[in-house]
Amino acid sequence: MPSDRRYRGDRPSWLIRGGAFAGLAFMHIPVWVIILYAFTTEDRTYQFPPPGLTLRWFEAAFARSDIWQSLTLSLGVAACATVIALVLGTFAAFALARSTFRAKDVLTVMFVLPIALPGIITGIALLAAMKLGRIEPSFFTIVAGHATFCLVIVYNNVVARLRRLPSSWVEASMDLGADGSQTLRYVLLPQVATAFLAGGMLAFALSFDEIIVTIFTAGNQRTLPIWFFNELFRPRDRPITNVVAVIVIAVTLLPIVLAYYFTRPDDEHETAH
Amino acid sequence: MRAASTFFWRRPYWYLALLLVPPLLWFGTVYLGSLFALLAQSFYRIDDFTAQIVREPTLATYGQLVSQPANVDIVLRTVTMAIAVTVTCALIALPIATYMARYAAGRMKALFYVGVMLPMWTSYLVKVYAWRLLLAKEGIIAWFVGKLGLTGVLDALLATPAVGGPSLSSSYIGMFLVFVYMWLPFMILPMAAALERVPGSLLQASADLGARPSQTFRNVVLPLAVPGIAAGSVFTFSLTLGDYIIPSVVGAPGYFIGMMVYVQQGTAGNIPLAAAFSVVPIVLIFVYLSIAKRLGAFDAL
Repeated sequence: MPSDRRYRGDRPSWLIRGGAFAGLAFMHIPVWVIILYAFTTEDRTYQFPPPGLTLRWFEAAFARSDIWQSLTLSLGVAACATVIALVLGTFAAFALARSTFRAKDVLTVMFVLPIALPGIITGIALLAAMKLGRIEPSFFTIVAGHATFCLVIVYNNVVARLRRLPSSWVEASMDLGADGSQTLRYVLLPQVATAFLAGGMLAFALSFDEIIVTIFTAGNQRTLPIWFFNELFRPRDRPITNVVAVIVIAVTLLPIVLAYYFTRPDDEHETAH
Repeated sequence: MRAASTFFWRRPYWYLALLLVPPLLWFGTVYLGSLFALLAQSFYRIDDFTAQIVREPTLATYGQLVSQPANVDIVLRTVTMAIAVTVTCALIALPIATYMARYAAGRMKALFYVGVMLPMWTSYLVKVYAWRLLLAKEGIIAWFVGKLGLTGVLDALLATPAVGGPSLSSSYIGMFLVFVYMWLPFMILPMAAALERVPGSLLQASADLGARPSQTFRNVVLPLAVPGIAAGSVFTFSLTLGDYIIPSVVGAPGYFIGMMVYVQQGTAGNIPLAAAFSVVPIVLIFVYLSIAKRLGAFDAL
């Protein structure tokens, strides 16, 4: 079905069509390349095309205890940061979605600062505070850093859904005799649930993959991205690094795809209810 | 439960306060507290002899930042790169955003949106690493250029003074490519969102009044896309200003602001100078945001 933005005789010029497909290819080729390299038999150079394909690097990677330790740490941090972000982000979204009060604009801007300013600012600021307060880096300092920008993601997702919700629904529920908690349980929460889940998924993926802030708050601990970052400058374990890259892609993309499914605008479970 | 909900319904400010206190406490202490600590550190200085931080308010660190030509060079180099990356991202994003917002429909449209989102959400570090493989001396780009018989052109490009280098993976050209790749989706999505909002009737009217498609594009579509471009450019500009991983992995010789912050807090142990350096992108971004706001960037987000 042609889109309504298109009028008769309006065909994309070859320049636009070609540019669009070339651009899409440009964005995808590096990702496919990295997956291909995880299977190469060559272990010293980045020779292309690979001389042969093998699965033995996966076996070698799974036998490494340092990778398991880093993976466990990253999953733990992401889980804790996501839980904190879900609670605090949802609270903030419910408070700011519809209400009007004097400081509201300031608060709205404040809640986007951690993603509007470069990550290095959050990182160095946390480090500066830790140095001033003589706080040693620990699991909790990593979680505190992650929860701060994860909170923003959850807030954005939930607040967007709340704003799209017609206010007449809440009024109708109240008119029909439901009290505040019933309205919350039967009207607001079911509508917000998928946005809440999507926010959580995105927050988890973002935290699992975070490096820029983590380097400043982690001290000597090695999350999986920090392990990966160190490997970038130490070519000894190249094939293992390639395999970890594929693992990281898998662990981050799965929640992202789920989140996309939860928030598709023409989603069935949004229109069906 | 019922009594409680009635209580809060009658007193909306209590309800607001109950909801807002936990996130505000967290944000106030962890985030804003840290930003203040950063600002405070930038007004301290490091003692040259003892290498200890002297906790007295002083402008000496900022003086050091401004007076040393090497530091000024770092700021200029970073800003130049950020502008070049932003302009290039806008140029590459324009056909993609136009196609996905105005021409693609149904499955093709979904394909384009997912196609832009997936690389955007693929692990940042993995993408940087992938580019290291692509740019390496014996890597794919060199192989492909060789297949096309254009090795001479690549060598000539790398021989360009200032931006060239021994190989793509240790030149500003390579770094520029990686930056453009990394931030491109952040430009495409707001641009496409702005173009989606251009009403079809405007294009129809323009065509009825005798404009050729290229004229319609230049005089109708492009001006209406400006808020989207401005919104996208906030991301590309801000992300390039603060990044320290790409400049250190794609090893061109000069320092960038982010690298300077990283090195000063790490091996040099000079937190005050690192803090002062990180204030530079904050100021630049606020200047940029105020320009972008005039172009309507916040309505397009």
